Amino acid sequence: MPVDAGSNRRPETGAFFQRDRSWHPPALTPDYKTSVLRSPQKALLAFDNTASEITGPVFGHAMLGELDADLIHNFAKSGESAIGERIIVYGRVLDERGVGVPGALLEFWQANAGGRYRHKKDGYLAPLDPNFGGCGRTITDADGGYAFRTVKPGPYPWPNGPNDWRPSHIHFSVFGHGFAQRLITQMYFEGDPLIWRCPIVGGIRDKAAVEALIAVLDMQSTAPMDALAYKFDIVLRGRRSTLFENRPEGN
Amino acid sequence: MAQALTRLKESPSQTAGPYVHIGLTPNFGGIGGVYPTDLGSTMITDKTKGERIGLRIRVLDGTGTPLRDALIEIWQADANGFYNSPTDLRGDADPDFQGWGRQPTDMETGICTFQTIKPGRVPFGDGRLMAPHISLWIVARGINIGLNTRLYFSDEAKANAEDPILARIEHKVRVPTLIAERQGDNYIFDVHLQGEKETVFFDS
Ligand SMILES: [Fe+2]
Repeated sequence: MPVDAGSNRRPETGAFFQRDRSWHPPALTPDYKTSVLRSPQKALLAFDNTASEITGPVFGHAMLGELDADLIHNFAKSGESAIGERIIVYGRVLDERGVGVPGALLEFWQANAGGRYRHKKDGYLAPLDPNFGGCGRTITDADGGYAFRTVKPGPYPWPNGPNDWRPSHIHFSVFGHGFAQRLITQMYFEGDPLIWRCPIVGGIRDKAAVEALIAVLDMQSTAPMDALAYKFDIVLRGRRSTLFENRPEGN
Repeated sequence: MAQALTRLKESPSQTAGPYVHIGLTPNFGGIGGVYPTDLGSTMITDKTKGERIGLRIRVLDGTGTPLRDALIEIWQADANGFYNSPTDLRGDADPDFQGWGRQPTDMETGICTFQTIKPGRVPFGDGRLMAPHISLWIVARGINIGLNTRLYFSDEAKANAEDPILARIEHKVRVPTLIAERQGDNYIFDVHLQGEKETVFFDS
């Protein structure tokens, strides 16, 4: 199956760049209390990618429904729409070489404008919006670009410290070309003072790494009289060239 | 001064959180009508080639309590050891088997169930064959970065003994943490996040 139909480029088969684990939050971040009993304590087993890590499934645009990338409408009754600040979230999925990643599956989920999730475990007193489900998905185009429409999620309190609040955020699941590129992260919003008070964000040690998760307001990409726009680029692990590797192709 | 290496940094990981079902298995999570089915919930059809097997996976925290809010994805080769992926240039994988699955842990029992086929052997970089295995990726509330590991099979002792990845595990007492126990047509696999039986997790 071609990665990008229409191009006769051979698919890249190199191993992924080693992950910089000091850039990611460590497994154990005691201020985020749930991590204490759920964090591995022994050293990870390091090895160069094998075919099992380099390969990954392909998700075709055909699997997408018409409203998958429109959270304002994909759960709403006909003629109605979700309540909240209407926003467009757009950007590119790139790899560490700066190359766009086409065909990446992006799935996103979020609380409604009041900070409430449509989930039986969420008992926050902010009401559910009958027209908002909170999930969406899309697949990146030939340049790695994507866009979707939603409402800005509200911040919410959560049981961790006595008064911890999550900043407004959208959860992102990203599936690039290889199983070893698999990533889940969260997008935050420029200017939110709760970002720097959040114990989950605080697990990331480098300020520049936190800033890489903060979407920027882009007044040039708004839909006038309709929706504001935030740009959020996502970076996946880069891929080594196979030019100088003397092992059998595909391994 | 030399030229700069213009490299980006990978986006930092953040936990999947307690509401991962909304995004990744919305039908399971009670949000119907947005997607027809949950992606990755069915791996095989009547046409898929290979031995039918079930996986029963639990993820246990440092107290031995199974996680009831985790999500597991698996990725595996087909019955002949080919990946259904454009990056596997060796040959044609079974067109009726994508090789990728996704399941949440049961909200009561913590058991994560996959119905799939037993994978064939895949070559390691130097041409030796790896033992049959399934790659796992585990996310949940409290897990800051997805955990990678593999499931090997208890009835493949000979292949396991010569597997180049298992051979890299320094403390041999930890090798069994990656081997699922066969019971009938099912394989039982407990992933221990911590403690004496902590599973070997990968950085690859
Ligand atoms: Fe959240």
